[in-house]
Amino acid sequence: MTRLLRGLWLERQARWGLVLVAALCGLAVLAPWIAPYDPAAQLDLAQGQYLAPSTLHPFGTDFYSRDLLSRVLYGARISLSIAFLSVLVSITVGTAVGMTAGLAGGAVDRLLMRGVDAALAVPRVFLLLVVVALWEGVSVTGLIVVLGLTSWFGTSRIVRAEVLSLRQRTYITAARALGVGPRRLALRHLLPNLAAPVIVAATLGIGQIILIEASLSYLGVGVPPPTPSWGSIIQEGQQALAVAPWVATFPGLAIVATVIGFSLLGDGLRDTLDPTTR
Amino acid sequence: MIVFLVATLTFVLLQVAPGDPLTRASEITLVPQQVLEQQRRNFGLDRPVHVQYARYLANVARGDFGYSFREHRPAAAAIAERIPNTLLLAAAALVITFALGILIGALQATRRGSAADELLSLTSLTLYSMPVFWLGVMLLLLFGVTLGWFPAGGVVDDAIYPYLSPLGRLGNRLHHLILPAVTLGAVGAAATARYQRAAMLDVVGQDFVRTARAKGLRERAVFFRHALRNALLPVITLFGLFFPLLLSGSVLVETVFAWPGIGKLAVDAIHGRDYAVVTAVAIIAAIMVVVGNLLADLLYRLADPRTREAQ
Repeated sequence: MTRLLRGLWLERQARWGLVLVAALCGLAVLAPWIAPYDPAAQLDLAQGQYLAPSTLHPFGTDFYSRDLLSRVLYGARISLSIAFLSVLVSITVGTAVGMTAGLAGGAVDRLLMRGVDAALAVPRVFLLLVVVALWEGVSVTGLIVVLGLTSWFGTSRIVRAEVLSLRQRTYITAARALGVGPRRLALRHLLPNLAAPVIVAATLGIGQIILIEASLSYLGVGVPPPTPSWGSIIQEGQQALAVAPWVATFPGLAIVATVIGFSLLGDGLRDTLDPTTR
Repeated sequence: MIVFLVATLTFVLLQVAPGDPLTRASEITLVPQQVLEQQRRNFGLDRPVHVQYARYLANVARGDFGYSFREHRPAAAAIAERIPNTLLLAAAALVITFALGILIGALQATRRGSAADELLSLTSLTLYSMPVFWLGVMLLLLFGVTLGWFPAGGVVDDAIYPYLSPLGRLGNRLHHLILPAVTLGAVGAAATARYQRAAMLDVVGQDFVRTARAKGLRERAVFFRHALRNALLPVITLFGLFFPLLLSGSVLVETVFAWPGIGKLAVDAIHGRDYAVVTAVAIIAAIMVVVGNLLADLLYRLADPRTREAQ
């Protein structure tokens, strides 16, 4: 672990990613203690609407006179936890499907991979819109499940390719020769060696899910309204673009910083974990 | 094949979702229970699932996507009306994506490692990490609200459009098209630039480029005639990959700029609980992706003589 961190630190881009991700996660976790106000508190509806950024409200206030900095901080909590949990769902399913396809081979493999190809071709936002529309306002848990279940396709492909190449290694042949059963072979011998590509895919996946969650929330079908989410704050901000441009600006900057952080970290992890690309 | 799978998927989702199309529609219109039962029989919703499935597939194949209770006309009609707008926006965005992406990527490759190269790489990364809709909102803020150069949304100025000359109409359309198209094309341009840069660097190191230089060709000829042409091949494969992205993006960009395409239609349909339209748009989007992939294959064959000979 320390060796991994040192490896990441030595690369300039990965270091930036690490710093950004650590800082954002820290802010998200500590939001209740850092945030200057309650994100839902309507501070002064008479005189506190759309206040420009100042020392009192570093990011300004919104239509309901709520403090925007506090809302963006709490938004980080929501967006990051949704992204982490969805990625957990997606890499679990992706790894399971990829391993099944890679180990089973033949018709099972072909069927699964054709399905994945088809799923990858569907515009994801449309697929999510259909699901969210039919269930009429999904809860946060529902959103996590739906996001997770629609983003494992790429992971399963990576895992399958990795399994196919690992199967050829001598240590697998050796384990087989020693009479290791298929289940033990998959769980004890293959799975640990899949960790590196899966971790990279998960890190890059978090950034993607944050973008998609923000999009859904912007369209008004993501995180339900009273909860501050970056996407829905931008949507509120667009209503008042001429009066209070800061409302739409700051949450967007937060999204960009987060996604850049995770993609730099992901690329860095790939370089550090996989010696062949160095 | 993909269209079939998507149609099946939507059918499964429709089956699994709570309620049936009629109870969902009746929530807005308050229909007596008896009428509902009658309607359910009329629509065949009391039949076993596999019969419904077969009928559904047959309907979709005929281009019948059901009835839009919100627009009081078939969903297919509502979509047909909006498709040209989406296609116009997507085509403009594609042009921007490739023109800008290829140009920037090639420029970066010729000035590899320079400050400009680093800056452009950083810009692509930032664009790539940016939600499309936020980029749209920011462009709207800068060029629409602050500078007042471009209109805030819509396809044309409804108030003056009928009175404009043909040229004026075209200008009015273009004026409305620029911001949404740039927004939708920017992310793709960033991705294209990254690919193009890598492809160029790959090609420049190869023997035929060295030969061209050794023949005494001028650097510009080497660059345009030899390096760029060959580096375009991997970029063309991106064309097919961009289609799903473009359509997903159009949902958001159309919402930001109040652009009446099928993406905006789908979003409005969701808020109006108009499920026939939502599912129909999803299927249409899948069809467009398939067509896009086909186009990409054709383009590739056109660009690379080697694949033609292999046929």
